Amino acid sequence: MTDTSGDVRLTGISKRYGSFTAVHPLDLTVPQGSFYALLGASGCGKTTTLRMIAGLEEPSTGTVCLGEQDVTALPPYKRPVNTVFQSYALFPHLDIFENVAFGLRRRGIKSVKKQVGEMLDLVQLGEQARKKPHQLSGGQQQRVAVARALINHPKVLLLDEPLGALDLKLRRQMQLELKRIQTEVGITFVHVTHDQEEAMTMADTVAVMNGGRVEQQGAPAELYENPRTTFVANFLGTSNFIAAEVHSVSGDDVVLTAGDGKLVLPRNRCAAATGPGGKVLAGVRPEKISLAHADDAGTVPDGRNRLTGRIAAASFLGVSTQYVIDSPVCAAFEVYAQNVERDPRLTPGAEVVLHWNPAHTFGLDAGQDVEAGIEKVEEDA
Amino acid sequence: MRTPFRWLRRNLVVIAGLLTLAYLLLPNVVVTVFSFNKPKGRFNYSWQEFSTEAWQDPCGVADMCGSLSLSLRIAFWATLGATVLGTMIAFALVRYRFRARGAVNALIFLPMAMPEVVMAASLLTLFLNMGAQLGFWTVLIAHIMFCLSFVVTAVKARVMSMDPRLEQAAQDLYAGPVQTFLRVTLPIAAPGIAAGALLAFALSFDDFIITNFNAGSTVTFPMFVWGSAQRGTPVQINVIGTAMFLVAVVLVLAGMLVGRRRNRKST
Ligand SMILES: Nc1ncnc2c1ncn2[C@@H]1O[C@H](COP(=O)(O)OP(=O)(O)O)[C@@H](O)[C@H]1O
Ligand SMILES: [Mg+2]
Repeated sequence: MTDTSGDVRLTGISKRYGSFTAVHPLDLTVPQGSFYALLGASGCGKTTTLRMIAGLEEPSTGTVCLGEQDVTALPPYKRPVNTVFQSYALFPHLDIFENVAFGLRRRGIKSVKKQVGEMLDLVQLGEQARKKPHQLSGGQQQRVAVARALINHPKVLLLDEPLGALDLKLRRQMQLELKRIQTEVGITFVHVTHDQEEAMTMADTVAVMNGGRVEQQGAPAELYENPRTTFVANFLGTSNFIAAEVHSVSGDDVVLTAGDGKLVLPRNRCAAATGPGGKVLAGVRPEKISLAHADDAGTVPDGRNRLTGRIAAASFLGVSTQYVIDSPVCAAFEVYAQNVERDPRLTPGAEVVLHWNPAHTFGLDAGQDVEAGIEKVEEDA
Repeated sequence: MRTPFRWLRRNLVVIAGLLTLAYLLLPNVVVTVFSFNKPKGRFNYSWQEFSTEAWQDPCGVADMCGSLSLSLRIAFWATLGATVLGTMIAFALVRYRFRARGAVNALIFLPMAMPEVVMAASLLTLFLNMGAQLGFWTVLIAHIMFCLSFVVTAVKARVMSMDPRLEQAAQDLYAGPVQTFLRVTLPIAAPGIAAGALLAFALSFDDFIITNFNAGSTVTFPMFVWGSAQRGTPVQINVIGTAMFLVAVVLVLAGMLVGRRRNRKST
């Protein structure tokens, strides 16, 4: 029997502000003890969703359950949930010790000294106990915010872009730190971020949000390998899309025609209808593709998906080289090649053959915007 | 010739500061010096000889200490009333969206903008029409009224700069509405409230125009000073003035000391 008291179950939950819907009705289950990330561009409703779990925002429809308990009607101070706020929201008039002790004191615990001391040691701030929040650096404030929430042993810890204000190096360090703490305390973490790398490195499960909806959720590798929408495919890393048409279905494979060539795609990786003549976007990640010079076209093994094109640009990045290739079926096809044995003929202008294992192809419904989720990646929340 | 010039340029800010300070403090110095005077006639306007007589008998002038204590009482209650009401109004204006919020926001400023004489006369008309008896209560009501705008303005500025997420964080950390208000909202708004209260006290204590119109036969300290200036100025007025100034200075110094100690403790 598994403990489910730290499960978070959102059922049909939504939030409207006047006529604007910030969160469309959504169902989510976060299992006890997991590290769950809500990933999406700024303004997609992540914070609103988190605040509804905390009780700081009243849902327009739907229910919030913690374990077996329906907490939808409970005010925030009665929910066994704590939040690390986006800009920390440390109490400026209290010192670090009192900030961390705040939750314990409000629950009527008298002797807080030992617990607070241990918690400050856990986040390596034992020396700073008597300082005021404004006397600490951003990274230290962030750790105080985590300590202030964690000391209450909540069933669920909610983190709203907790690392957003830190510089890159510190952010990487804190990612590992948070992951370590989560493993150590075993509390359910719901982590909001707009940084896909952060979500992928830290979370067991990632839910990708877009425009107030959850587009897809799953383990990071699963999302990366099997995106179900162009938004997810573009938001998590880079994808190439080839507009194709279903030719036939043979066994577990779908055969597509793209231009005058044929592509094969595993049927279980196709999110679109597979009736003959159906439009499909065939996607493939840049690192799955191999390049061969057109003169060596004969050496490409049979059974691989192949396209022809011309190198438009190549940029050398040390470990790899990124090529942009113009092909009749897809302009600006991206290919990342490891710099193991570089073919000196692969320079801009060269005619090439692109080939990859059909198993690495995924199929999406052609009725979507191929560019969805691209420019939003760089945006800050 | 260049050296004194450079010296001047480097110390210009200091010199300007000292001159301004002197400009501000000179009246107080005169008041203090003349509290040790022993005037010949009834007017304490020219220096005669040093004496501590007035300091030894500050209440030696008929009715003066009575009027002083009345002014202090009115100032205390007016400050309390205006601070409590003004703080609540300020929170309402910043935190809640209600009909006519804009109108209330503008109307609150009106008493500050209106010429005091006009307001004093209108108040008197109002009190007389209501058949109210002029005295302590009419003065108190009038003082609370004109202090309110100042308190609201001071507190509003503070509340507007407060991050509402601090209160949400308190709620998230198991503080109910009352605890949140007492532990987070109030302490953070305190400097604004204190500033408003100090302003209210000072305004109420030395208000003359409105008080004079609405006091009936009651005499506050400013009214007493004004009245006695017609017939002669007792040295005791300077004694009270100096004492008030000293109390204010001591309070400010104490405040600074407490602030510094708190800072030292936290570093
Ligand atoms: N109190 C509010 N009133 C009106 N609109 C709001 C309010 N809070 C958030 N929104 C809107 O809801 C959308 C989602 O906001 P939010 O959940 O904060 O996004 P995220 O955290 O993903 O950046 C945004 O478009 C935002 O403008
Ligand atoms: Mg947000």
